[in-house]
Amino acid sequence: MKVAYWPGCVSRGFTPELHGSMAKVAPLLDIELVELDRANCCGAGVIAEHNQELADTLNARTFALAQQVQGAELMMNICSTCQGAQGECQERLDANAEYRAHVNETLADEGLSYVKDPARPLTNKNFLWLLVEEIGLEKLGSMVKRPLTNLKVGPFYGCYIVRPRARLGIDAERPRDHYLEQLIETLGGTVIEYAGMRKCCGFPIITMNKQASLKQAGTHLGDAKDAEADCLVTPCPLCHLNLDMQQPLAEKVVGRELEMPVLHLPQLVGLALGLEPKELGLSRHVVRPTSVIDWSSAVVGAAA
Amino acid sequence: MAETHRPPEQFTLRLRRYDPESGQAPYWDEHTIELEPHRSVLEGILQAKAKFDGSIGIRCSCRAAICGSCGVRINGEPGLACHTHLDHAKASASDGVIEVEPMGNMPVIKDMIVDMDAVHWKKVQRVTPWLLNEGPQPEREHLVSRESMVDVTQTMACIQCGACVSDCLAMEVDPGFIGPAALAKAYRFVGDPRDEQQRERLLDLSEDPLGIYDCTHCFKCVDACPKDVNPMGQIMRLRRIAGADQRIVDQNNGHRHEESFSTLVKDYGLNHEAELLARSYGGDSWFGKFHPAAAKELLSSLSIILRGLLTRKVNPKIAMLGHKIPKQDLKAVQRIYEQVESRPERYELNLYVVGEDEEPETAAAAAGTGNEGSTA
Repeated sequence: MKVAYWPGCVSRGFTPELHGSMAKVAPLLDIELVELDRANCCGAGVIAEHNQELADTLNARTFALAQQVQGAELMMNICSTCQGAQGECQERLDANAEYRAHVNETLADEGLSYVKDPARPLTNKNFLWLLVEEIGLEKLGSMVKRPLTNLKVGPFYGCYIVRPRARLGIDAERPRDHYLEQLIETLGGTVIEYAGMRKCCGFPIITMNKQASLKQAGTHLGDAKDAEADCLVTPCPLCHLNLDMQQPLAEKVVGRELEMPVLHLPQLVGLALGLEPKELGLSRHVVRPTSVIDWSSAVVGAAA
Repeated sequence: MAETHRPPEQFTLRLRRYDPESGQAPYWDEHTIELEPHRSVLEGILQAKAKFDGSIGIRCSCRAAICGSCGVRINGEPGLACHTHLDHAKASASDGVIEVEPMGNMPVIKDMIVDMDAVHWKKVQRVTPWLLNEGPQPEREHLVSRESMVDVTQTMACIQCGACVSDCLAMEVDPGFIGPAALAKAYRFVGDPRDEQQRERLLDLSEDPLGIYDCTHCFKCVDACPKDVNPMGQIMRLRRIAGADQRIVDQNNGHRHEESFSTLVKDYGLNHEAELLARSYGGDSWFGKFHPAAAKELLSSLSIILRGLLTRKVNPKIAMLGHKIPKQDLKAVQRIYEQVESRPERYELNLYVVGEDEEPETAAAAAGTGNEGSTA
């Protein structure tokens, strides 16, 4: 399957292990990634806050570039925030032909245009949605080389990929707010449910109200620890920044030791597909995923 | 197509009971009621109250999603008990039993009744929820353009039920946050051309550490609202007007963060996290990071930064210099900025106001789309 691949900014900046692990995992899943290396930042909702038309035009540019990728079945991202921010812009562009024409006029300078074609709609899916809806859990299950047996994994979605439900197309037929649990089970792991799994990591207010931001991160990490999770998994690199990189500071705010490793989604999938923790960049996290590495070596030891 | 009439069915309700005066801990109470599936959860609760236990506490009045009295959590999600069908509630229940709890973020008075005065109404009062206009009054009514009133109708749809307050994730960790309902109400007056104190209102809400910049952008209130008020969207509009029109640079780094983010994407095409952090504190320029406020923040984060570098999580080159998109693409991005930002007025599309196109698109307005179909 060929996809127009939007890695986002953070996966190539502060969480390079995310982009790296996606590149490792894709060929194992028979996904051909055509990177949209000319595309720009989605604005993460902040540019829309600044100027809505600007955010919509910048994302229309990305959509137009994705539509130019010959033979791509859809556009894929690896960031909950990109999914949500781009989805919000696409909703406005798709809803109103006049507005779309207005935005396309700005893009015309560059010879680009975002086309809403009912016969070939531009579908933009996070890697999580692609795994469940395009590859399918059954097929994915059959590809597992090292089941995540006895690994207790807590899902952490990120707000932008679970709300608002209507825009994200979450319903009984497509329970996208339960895909992480389904995925962990498919990979052979144990799902750990805890209060914060669909809550906010606090990242958006880290520069505005650091205390509240870190309290959010620390509370969710603490809840996961109380539920005895070995690690968390997230499809959002911005959540990863607050949950992993800022974890030492979050520990101070909530006044307890957390030591909770947080994995990027492709890293967890990669482990189950037989890749080694090191090649998935697990050693690059701030919180060393000791429990996960111990688990993987124990499994290898058992297999040998 | 009209639904055919369906006979009454049995539904089991699991109600969270609590009486703070009793000294007992909260507990769950189950009752099975019988009603047509299209009837509301509220009617179910009232039947349980009438048939089995008169002491069940629930507040209600209109029973038609107008008065906003019966805000509760149903299967963990906030909403109106009178506006939720029994069959839908059963379908969304994890074990077929409809779970009803009081709303969150507010103290419970009894069972499903929460203290709206202690939280919600106090916050609404905080934003001065009335029109401020001391100027000479017209002989008859104020005349305003249709567009400017349509613009505030979305916030006027609020029925003060508290569903958004119940599940606000910022308020959960920071109870002082003014919150979604009150801030949506603030936009009701900030957006009203008759109000004379737009700047004062926005100064107040920007400078308050618990004001517009304390919202975490989690969309909880957007989903919670039974009236499609989109409180978070209203908060973003408050920020936009405070920053772009009133040029308010607040002490909470809110405006600097927004400006810096936008500028960095203009300069690099991508976000530059290290610069963003520094500039959010120190100001939106390359020199921002040398500002004492930025230096103080960087110093407090030094251990994190070092750890990031040691684990090779952060590539020092990217951390310092950022990453850019190719030159001609960056130029295209900058042209977009210049064009859009030089418009005399911001173009804001609100789908609540304009709705969606009814027809599937036939007129491919853009050039070279290759779209087939009539252009009528």
